[in-house]
Amino acid sequence: MPFIVNTDADRESMLHATGVSSFDELIVDIPREVRLNKALELAPAADEMEVRSILESMAAANRSTADYVSFLGGGAYDHFLPSAIKAIVSRSEFYTAYTPYQAEVSQGTLQAIYEYQSLICRLYGMDVTNASMYDGATALAEAVLMAIGVNGRQKVVVAGKLHPWNSSVLKTYLEASDHSAVVQNVVEDGVGSIEVLKGLMDDTVAAVVVQQPNFYGCLEDVEAIGRLAHEHGALFIVSANPVSLGVLEAPGAYGADISVGEGQPLGSSQSFGGPYLGIFSVRQELVRKLPGRLVGMTKDSNGQDGFILTLQTREQHIRREKATSNICSNQALNALQAAVYLSLLGKQGLSEVAGQSLSRAHYLAGRIAAIPGFSIRYNAPFFNEFVVDTPIPPSEVVRKMLEKKVFAGCDLGEFGDEGLLVAVTEKRTKAQLDMFADALGELA
Amino acid sequence: MNVPAALRYTKDHEWIQLLDDGATALVGITDFAQSELGDIVFVELKPAGTALKEHEIFGTVEAVKTVADLFAPVAGEILEVNAGLDSAETVNQDPYGSGWMVKMKLADPASVANLLDAAAYRELIGG
Repeated sequence: MPFIVNTDADRESMLHATGVSSFDELIVDIPREVRLNKALELAPAADEMEVRSILESMAAANRSTADYVSFLGGGAYDHFLPSAIKAIVSRSEFYTAYTPYQAEVSQGTLQAIYEYQSLICRLYGMDVTNASMYDGATALAEAVLMAIGVNGRQKVVVAGKLHPWNSSVLKTYLEASDHSAVVQNVVEDGVGSIEVLKGLMDDTVAAVVVQQPNFYGCLEDVEAIGRLAHEHGALFIVSANPVSLGVLEAPGAYGADISVGEGQPLGSSQSFGGPYLGIFSVRQELVRKLPGRLVGMTKDSNGQDGFILTLQTREQHIRREKATSNICSNQALNALQAAVYLSLLGKQGLSEVAGQSLSRAHYLAGRIAAIPGFSIRYNAPFFNEFVVDTPIPPSEVVRKMLEKKVFAGCDLGEFGDEGLLVAVTEKRTKAQLDMFADALGELA
Repeated sequence: MNVPAALRYTKDHEWIQLLDDGATALVGITDFAQSELGDIVFVELKPAGTALKEHEIFGTVEAVKTVADLFAPVAGEILEVNAGLDSAETVNQDPYGSGWMVKMKLADPASVANLLDAAAYRELIGG
């Protein structure tokens, strides 16, 4: 069964239709030196059965959280996913829908996004949430660009320990703008120093950015950081893990002007790194500067509720050259997963997920701290993730634990740092936690 | 279409009204412009103190499905922006009155005479 029906005769007739005598004549405008000028080195043709078999054997080489006990975190977490999520999001109406420009035929998709926006507003304690962005890192970078656009200031201060990949994305975004400088706060005992932050603040600071919990899993003093930001007229940007908000205070409650986050923990699988979900919320006063799009609820001419794309005039398809953001597509399917996840769990369910993640992480940290040679690096309070100092290099710990079908955590050496970053979710049973601690004990 | 005889107009559909002191003027968009844009939902203006060259953008007016730039009819400085435009629909309702947008101090008041008069503007919009 051929997938590309493109025979010599087909090609001949296409060339004839376009009025040229050969393929070379068709591409005569492309200079010879930039053409490939050699044959493509493709594997021999294979039929569907063979291709399927090759791909399945490649996929089987992956080691996933389906077979391994995972303590991996660092921005992506192994939370339990209720089966209903997959059943709902795989409905073809949702799975295949592109941007719902035509409201008349897109009410289901529009309502799903509206529900997502409403749920995230409640979770983050904010007034307005957009229809989502690519991922947490780009949402954070867009938040900083938005702050610079709002107050016209140039300097950005990062308070505490931001995920290095988020820092890197932020730097990439700011490189294109002329003057913006990012100042990283000094970190002491796992969290940003408020005293050092005070010294960095002045009236040229556009925004203060904080990640809560931070990259080390520690809890920053977000109230003090927010106060300092506002005392100097800077916007306060918080990047918060959404599941942590089941036990921690919402960013809106401690004064965040813009709240962002990586939405993967809300119902999306880790998927080897994506696609993920960028959460982006603001206070009402900032809605006109919000990147991306919003879905609003209104009444139609018969007085019935209806859903529409609103505030889309700052997007590419209407004002490309003046769009406040280059992100036009959203992550609608991941946003839907988040909405379904939050709807299924409810407020009580989410706080149980967060509470169990927290208490199991603290149980494991206690067990690891008791193993000779191992210690918990920081004293700061943490949610479900913490840094472990190990008696042998973390990379060795990770490698040896793979033999026991355990993902031991993130080797911070990969980030130019030290230690092993260990994350625990509600999925880890006491038996698994004990097994992991016992196995670590054998390495000491 | 309402085109008051006492005002001057631009090809970009702004109007300007020279005030009695002969040095300042009010600027807004025409009745034709507001009717073409449809429901206006937001007006964003540069703050008082902003110096403008002729034809420089001094803000944007946003309707449900489009956004239009606002161009200074002549050079000058923004003295005041209309705080009443928090209710942007005012521009639809009263484009030459309470829907005015900025008050300008003009660099050269005589330059207003170079703009379109009501008859010329009426011809431009075909009615």
